[in-house]
Amino acid sequence: MDYNLDWSVIPQNMDAILEGLWLTLQISALALLISIPIGILAGLLRISRNHFISFLATTYIEFIRGVPLLVLLLWIYFVLNQFLHLGAYWSAIVGLAFFSGSFIAEIVRAGIESVPRGQMEAARSSGMSYITAMRLIILPQAFRKVLPPMASQFIILIKDSSLVSVISVADLTLAGKNIVGTTFRSLEVWTFIALLYFAMTFIISQVIRFLEKKYKVAE
Amino acid sequence: MINIQNVNKYYGKHQVLHNIELEIPKSQIFALIGPSGAGKSTLIRTINALEEIQEGQILVDGISVHDKKTDINTLRSEIGFVFQNFHLYPHLTALQNVSYSPIYVKKVSKKEAETRAKELLSSLGLGNKVDSFPGQLSGGQQQRVAIARALAMDPKIMLFDEPTSALDPEMIKEVLDAIRKLATTGMTMVVVTHEMGFAREICNQIVFMADGKVVEVAPPEQFFTQPQSDRGKDFLNKVLNH
Ligand SMILES: Nc1ncnc2c1ncn2[C@@H]1O[C@H](COP(=O)(O)OP(=O)(O)OP(=O)(O)O)[C@@H](O)[C@H]1O
Ligand SMILES: [Mg+2]
Repeated sequence: MDYNLDWSVIPQNMDAILEGLWLTLQISALALLISIPIGILAGLLRISRNHFISFLATTYIEFIRGVPLLVLLLWIYFVLNQFLHLGAYWSAIVGLAFFSGSFIAEIVRAGIESVPRGQMEAARSSGMSYITAMRLIILPQAFRKVLPPMASQFIILIKDSSLVSVISVADLTLAGKNIVGTTFRSLEVWTFIALLYFAMTFIISQVIRFLEKKYKVAE
Repeated sequence: MINIQNVNKYYGKHQVLHNIELEIPKSQIFALIGPSGAGKSTLIRTINALEEIQEGQILVDGISVHDKKTDINTLRSEIGFVFQNFHLYPHLTALQNVSYSPIYVKKVSKKEAETRAKELLSSLGLGNKVDSFPGQLSGGQQQRVAIARALAMDPKIMLFDEPTSALDPEMIKEVLDAIRKLATTGMTMVVVTHEMGFAREICNQIVFMADGKVVEVAPPEQFFTQPQSDRGKDFLNKVLNH
């Protein structure tokens, strides 16, 4: 192979890369922040004893999980956007948040169901309402159990955020594409971009591992 | 104090409680005994509505437990329940296990609730386990924390569903002693138990159940020496001669 590596393309385009990285971080973080309450709510509603509420939550979860993220993003940007005028940036965040939320809902549901039934019975026996028992007794225990699958989900979210480039959000992936388009340095640019994605997901998995350890001691 | 009136309960088509009639006066201790599957747990769990009933009613201090209009949370906060498998909250310390319901249900101040929790734990011989998590305690210690948790709400009634059945033999006594001590305070209690000696010693009445029915209600001396029913005789033969 007759290819001269030239890494200078990276520092030369550092501004564009950092801008893309910053946007990826913003979109992922905002989508994450929004997807957690969506996921917890949908997960709680799904196990509701009210069949209609449970049905609504199930419909949301199953529907979103059954649609490719790419299609969901295109649909939000080209269809929903006509009515709500979200713009590309918020279309990306909303799409990622609802997509991720449907997976978090299932993680939350599984976490709650993994807490033994006796815990709810003991809490209710001592006079706690269903909501108080959930908040003080069930969810804190479920939280410990869902940390590992949540970590995977956050990592998937960051990686999935690379798809927002299709609705022309100037994230890290689009920055890469643009730089390659003008410099033709695919190898250097894509390797560096890949490393940046890896660095982000690696940090997340380390943070979660730390949290896991911290809460394990408490038991 | 507890009035069980013509209660029927079904799981699907399977009837597990048949026309249960029972009156438990204040400050009395009733033992529920009988073979496995008799419906003892089911019955005791209907008293604080952990189980629903299909027919009849249960009154606690004149309040209908299963009436949809009854404020079940308030009612339950006056009825302590102790489970066979403790069901302590594993993510909370002994102190938090005991003080949470006073704080979050009764709205007692944290300081006051924790002082009282420490007193209760100390009186049950757990003064040095206040900051331990359930996973760090023996079964007998866990069950005593569970008793403290129930007592922290100042209940009028205590219900025990086989409080010693999950314990190693050497720990049974410490839990029974805790219940004995409670018996001297005039607490109204219902205890499902397989500890016949204990039932005979502290209870005012023995309720013998079989096949979802109350077969016999009698003072312990009478029940253990002259059971009236054939089922009762049979049962005593089995448990006393094994
Ligand atoms: N959730 C349930 N669904 C269906 N049947 C049940 C359920 N719980 C209990 N049963 C049935 O109800 C009957 C009474 O059970 P229960 O647990 O009250 O008996 P018990 O007297 O407490 O027995 P043990 O001494 O073994 O604890 C049994 O036939 C049991 O199989
Ligand atoms: Mg039982």
